[in-house]
Amino acid sequence: MESILIYGLINAVMLALITLGFSLSIGISGVANLAFGGFYIFGAYFAWLLLFYLGVPYPLAILLSVLVTGLLGALMYWLVLMRVRGLILSEVIATLATGIAILEFLRWKGLGLGYEFNLPCFVRGGINIGRVSLDYQRLAVIGVGLILLILLWFLTHYTKVGLAFRGIAQDEHTALSMGIRSDWTAMLSVAFGSALAAVAAITILPLSMINVNTGYDVLLIAMAVAVVGGLESFLGIIVASFILGYAQIITAHFFAPHWMMVMYLIAIMVILAVKPSGLFGKFKELEERV
Amino acid sequence: MTVSYRRERLDRGVKARCDDIFALSSYREACYLWLPRVLPVAFLLLFPLFKEVVGLYWAKVLGIACIVALLALSWDLIASVGLISLGQALFFGVGAYMSAYLNRSLGWSPLFAVPVATLIGALFCTLLVSPLLRLRGIYFVLITLVLPLFFLRVIEATKILGGTEGISGLTYIPNIWVELYVPVIAVLLVVFSFRRLINTDYGMVLRGIRDNDRTVIAGGINIHWYKLQVVFIAGVVGCFAGAFMAHCLGAAAMSMFSIDYSILSLTAAIVGGPGTFAGATLGAFIMVPLSEILRTFGGLRVVFYCVILVIFIVGLPEGIFHYIQRKYHQFERLVEVEVKR
Amino acid sequence: MKEPILKVSNLSKRFGGVKAVDDVSFGLEEGGLLGIIGPNGSGKTTLVNLITNFVRPDSGKVFFKGKEVTGFPPYKIVDLGVARSFQMVRPIHKLVAFKNLIIPLYSPRVKRLIGGKYGDRDEIAIDLLEEVGFERDSLVPYKVAGSLPHGYLKRLELARCLAVRPDLIILDELFSGMSLSELASTLPIIEKIREEGKTLIMIEHRLRELLRVIDRLIVLNFGRKIADGPPREVIDNEEVRRAYLGGEVAESA
Repeated sequence: MESILIYGLINAVMLALITLGFSLSIGISGVANLAFGGFYIFGAYFAWLLLFYLGVPYPLAILLSVLVTGLLGALMYWLVLMRVRGLILSEVIATLATGIAILEFLRWKGLGLGYEFNLPCFVRGGINIGRVSLDYQRLAVIGVGLILLILLWFLTHYTKVGLAFRGIAQDEHTALSMGIRSDWTAMLSVAFGSALAAVAAITILPLSMINVNTGYDVLLIAMAVAVVGGLESFLGIIVASFILGYAQIITAHFFAPHWMMVMYLIAIMVILAVKPSGLFGKFKELEERV
Repeated sequence: MTVSYRRERLDRGVKARCDDIFALSSYREACYLWLPRVLPVAFLLLFPLFKEVVGLYWAKVLGIACIVALLALSWDLIASVGLISLGQALFFGVGAYMSAYLNRSLGWSPLFAVPVATLIGALFCTLLVSPLLRLRGIYFVLITLVLPLFFLRVIEATKILGGTEGISGLTYIPNIWVELYVPVIAVLLVVFSFRRLINTDYGMVLRGIRDNDRTVIAGGINIHWYKLQVVFIAGVVGCFAGAFMAHCLGAAAMSMFSIDYSILSLTAAIVGGPGTFAGATLGAFIMVPLSEILRTFGGLRVVFYCVILVIFIVGLPEGIFHYIQRKYHQFERLVEVEVKR
Repeated sequence: MKEPILKVSNLSKRFGGVKAVDDVSFGLEEGGLLGIIGPNGSGKTTLVNLITNFVRPDSGKVFFKGKEVTGFPPYKIVDLGVARSFQMVRPIHKLVAFKNLIIPLYSPRVKRLIGGKYGDRDEIAIDLLEEVGFERDSLVPYKVAGSLPHGYLKRLELARCLAVRPDLIILDELFSGMSLSELASTLPIIEKIREEGKTLIMIEHRLRELLRVIDRLIVLNFGRKIADGPPREVIDNEEVRRAYLGGEVAESA
């Protein structure tokens, strides 16, 4: 029972960490970025490359990887998204295709097979809480997650850049007329989102392995949390992370691990059927349903 | 005064002549109108006859291209009522598994299993999708992406319907001619009937729903019912593709629900030209042989599909068919324009 | 007393923190022409959306011809005989003007009323366009809807409303964007529609033209109904003047 509580908590923060990057671009700036899973795995892979192929020291590898992933996101925006901005369906298909392209390319490079691709933990060792043993990496996940949540909250509510992000989601025309450069801001938000994906990947993947299929799962997970919580709402993401995080652990415990992804899929379908804008999303009645 | 140039597009003379009764006035006009229609049809009908020449392999590639074309056509029909589906694999997988079940567990021959699986599968998918049709825009798209994956995971988790190994040992299609010609005839039937359908008043209502559903509702039309009909028809085509393919391969597998089929049919339709049906077919006949030629690259092919998809969405969203059509019917020229300084 | 054709009781709708429509009630007899005015954001269009259920009300009921229709799917309400136009006119752009009108002709209501014998739908569509003032020999019916000027589109909207043969027509800002000459030719059309026995509700900003046709006026402000009665009385109402007309009102024709 205790282990469920604690692992559930860790899982919840993990989900929030993963979803932050996704939600930043789609929920807050209205730019659909379904290539998220691709950036996630790419971030971890690039760090691995730097670390094991080029012998770059770990902290530097992390920093570089995050930056490069962010740049990759900006590049995707510039090449692809910018030209189809506003045509939401085209954005969705184009970014999804980009994400699949990245993931399958990495699979071709061998990322699907086994044990070779593994990122080291930040700190080795662990502690015991009650009867549950926790490695420091998992605690690091909670730490990084909380820090990022707080940082992002400040960013989007108090800084010029962050408010610009929210501005272009709410009303692009008004934002433009206030001097916010929409393309630049959108590109930044996609870049930020991708960089956050890399951060999440590097923090979480040391707990297992870098595997391309995780990329697809991550996209689904991020979508589930964002959709359940409500695309623009911070509170929604946190609440949804907790709900789904615990649901996942409980499912794995009482049923079988196979069912975890099914649970996510069911969550998406239920929410889209009942309240498409999510638990905390604004109820945009005329836009959601006919 | 400087002289600059403006690009002008005009209908070709022969097109203007063909727009009216003069279409039959000479062989030249008749050819202009009918060749583009007759040639591809003739190609499709005659190609299997040359299977000795080109080899059974390429004949089968044609068959697969037809199957993918059917999926792309069903995508295109759904898109013409304004619903974009990222989950054509749903129809494909449902049709395949249903026919596999009828064949393997109930012992039906493919002659009965395939049509029944087609109809029941389409009915099943329509009922499944029915409550979700009220969603608009991106919400609908996301859920179409999720549905086939859901089936995939459930099959994997519960191990029903053969689990990860699928249902194998199905009856193969007995006759090679049947295997080659049924998809061809199906494609031709579907292309022609869809094109006619979209040009009738019924098709106009569908296109109206795509362009502006609120106005159509305000005209007293129950758009939910029209969407259901369209999903059912598209489901029939898609489930047939799946059921038939299952018997070509002799098995129904989990991979039939995977995102590959959704992406492939989507790419075929978009590359070929969304909205034209003939374009979807063209797209399939480009993508499938291309995929076979690139077989040596293995897993990298999916990367190719995706890159091509992105290039077309960004660069040529009207698709190849529209482009060719435009070039066929119109020509461009530069016209001098005097610009006073 | 005869049953009112439309009865609205205690309709309310809240969007986020804003109460768009606040406890609005009224009844409308058959054959009447009701005008609804109010400042921007007073809830006029939302009220129409609530009556026709394009937006679901938080509370309240709507009765049409004595039958409750609250919460019915919008197409069903049209089917019963209520037609509405949209403030943001959006025809089906790619289609030619008269083809825009053929689509409503496929609705179940029209099928019932005509009893299955359509004859030529194209002809019916062109006739409808004539009713709203587009001559059949002019090019307008054959022009692509997306290329028509704003005033024409408004009349096309009106024709679309007429196409379903409604008993009640709700027009959302028909006059806005029309030039004076277009207005002059539209007013008689409204009169003619009334003579045919239809009931009309007109939401407007342009008071002067509206006053020429209506026999009753409702004023909304911040979602609440602040006046309801004969136009002259309503205009003289203090609260109305303060809220909407800003104190001094120009003497209308």
